Amino acid sequence: MPRSRWFAIGKELSPPARRTLTFLSFLLPLVLWSAVSYVPWLWHPLVRVTAPGDVAWFQPGLLVERAVFAGENQKILATPGGRAAEGVRANPVFLPAPHEVARAFWTAFNTKPILRGELWLHESLALSIKTIFWGFFISSLVGVPLGILCGAYAPISRLAEPVIDFVRYMPAPAFGALAVAVLGIYDAPKVAIIVIGTFFQQVLVIANTVRRHDPGLVEAAQTLGARRRQLLLRVIVPSCIVDLYNDQRILLGWAWTYLIVAEVVGVSSGITFFINQQAKYRNFENVYAAIIIIGLIGLATDQALAFLGQGLFPWKSGRPSRLHVFFGQLFASRDVPLFPAKPKSPPQP
Amino acid sequence: MSVLSEAGLPDYRAPSPAVAERFRRLKERPVVLEVEHLGREFSSNGGHVTALRDISFRVHRREFLCVIGPSGCGKSTFIRLVAGLDQPTSGRLLLDGKEVHGPSPDRGMVFQGYTLFPWLTVTRNVMFGLEMVGMDRTQAQSEALQWIELVGLTRFKDAYPAQLSGGMKQRTAIARALAPNPRVLLMDEPFGALDAQTRAQMQAHLLEIWRNVDVTILFITHDLDEAILLADRILVLKAHPGEVNELIEVPVPRPRTPAQSSTPEFLATRRRLDELIHPRLETPHEKLPIVRLTQVGDDVE
Repeated sequence: MPRSRWFAIGKELSPPARRTLTFLSFLLPLVLWSAVSYVPWLWHPLVRVTAPGDVAWFQPGLLVERAVFAGENQKILATPGGRAAEGVRANPVFLPAPHEVARAFWTAFNTKPILRGELWLHESLALSIKTIFWGFFISSLVGVPLGILCGAYAPISRLAEPVIDFVRYMPAPAFGALAVAVLGIYDAPKVAIIVIGTFFQQVLVIANTVRRHDPGLVEAAQTLGARRRQLLLRVIVPSCIVDLYNDQRILLGWAWTYLIVAEVVGVSSGITFFINQQAKYRNFENVYAAIIIIGLIGLATDQALAFLGQGLFPWKSGRPSRLHVFFGQLFASRDVPLFPAKPKSPPQP
Repeated sequence: MSVLSEAGLPDYRAPSPAVAERFRRLKERPVVLEVEHLGREFSSNGGHVTALRDISFRVHRREFLCVIGPSGCGKSTFIRLVAGLDQPTSGRLLLDGKEVHGPSPDRGMVFQGYTLFPWLTVTRNVMFGLEMVGMDRTQAQSEALQWIELVGLTRFKDAYPAQLSGGMKQRTAIARALAPNPRVLLMDEPFGALDAQTRAQMQAHLLEIWRNVDVTILFITHDLDEAILLADRILVLKAHPGEVNELIEVPVPRPRTPAQSSTPEFLATRRRLDELIHPRLETPHEKLPIVRLTQVGDDVE
């Protein structure tokens, strides 16, 4: 492909080119990391002592800075008969090599917790996912309807949005102490932090999306006899539903960012506890593994939701979806059960 | 307008006896829509703008009335007032003798931009108005399918609007507006976005639908030929402010075909509309200040 085709403004690439770039986007950081880890003269600011020689305070396996190592050896070599210490160049302990982290993916799940009462990694993850789920669910339960109402009706928007805009600037972790005081030290305050972190943004984002609805569709529905509630539920909401769904995907990502601060509130728990504990033991490969696992869960959730979205909104993809046909048949014989229309005598043509 | 044709054309106000008889019968029909001294002013920080002033006329049952006017004469404002999507600042609207306010399915509307619901299939789009008046789903569906058949889209009944061409979208929109049995069908430049060929097809379709359905049509256009081809009467507006200029009874006999566009009646009406819409300017042709930018001898004519 000629260079001009790659860098044409607003042009999509061919599927193989897209796949290659997606692959590279993950591969390049990995290559960089491998280079720094495995090529001894790249960075490696420390020396791992292999033989202490005559340096009194050196031990095998000790990591010292290169300047210190050289200085000590100089002092030893200056004394007659002194044996110089030996060592290999090494990276700091907080930068484990890729293969160590890869191994940690396996061992982290299999290592018995050191202290009694501590959780296995998969249990910590399950706890974190549960916290995220409830936080996001409770936030959405109120935030999405309120956002839709704000977007559709100016009075509600003018009443609710100024204070929400104000609270939005208060960092969610600042409510940590308060949440513990009110809700205790276990899971409830953590869920509360995620709710606080998500909810206020959510209302504003959803309201903005709903506000961008096509007024032409509302007018068309009005000339067809749609009234207030029908306009909202049968026109405005469906017309923005795809954007709302994508908003929710982005907001779920935000909820994950609040997880780490939420989990140190009260009794530290979940994946954050695992990370902090492993960092304390200086098992940094486990720390990296845990962080990457969070990334993978986030990416997998988002991709799954994107895939689900294609099935939910067939008018966007243009192909009939089995999911949609299924729900179509499920509701085919009845009115939408939550909002039954008032029965009227139908006008005859 | 050349001198030759000007000499040979009949008076557009003197229709043939058959057409005159048709208009006499048309005016005997009950009045469906009555517009009384309708006016609309907009006040902005720049001051008052009178978009429409003192518009009055009557539309009889099953009449086809076109509204034309120069751009900026308030055609769209006018039809939005009739549809109830905008409130008049003076005057009133009577539908079957009763004053109406706000939008209602008794005045169906077809928009220039289609405004189909993109998340609904063709069938569900047409069912929308029927469901809004409380018809149950199975009955609405069977009725919608009849309308879809009438506009010739049975093959596309399960397609989404995004999969349709412009003409098919507008046919869906017409079926959707007709399904709740409106007294008046309002059409705001419905074929403005279509190419010439599709537009001609749609005009034929619309005349066919109008003949077979008990509906009165109020049709806005800026295309003079379209107005003459479709309308019984043409309401000509003038701009700044929008007022009724003339209400022309089209002398072209029905059934109408595009072939009639060279008949004397058609040309006479066309000339009158041209005079009303495009009054002769003092400087007929302004010369553009263009310098020659091509090489000597490189001529295209």
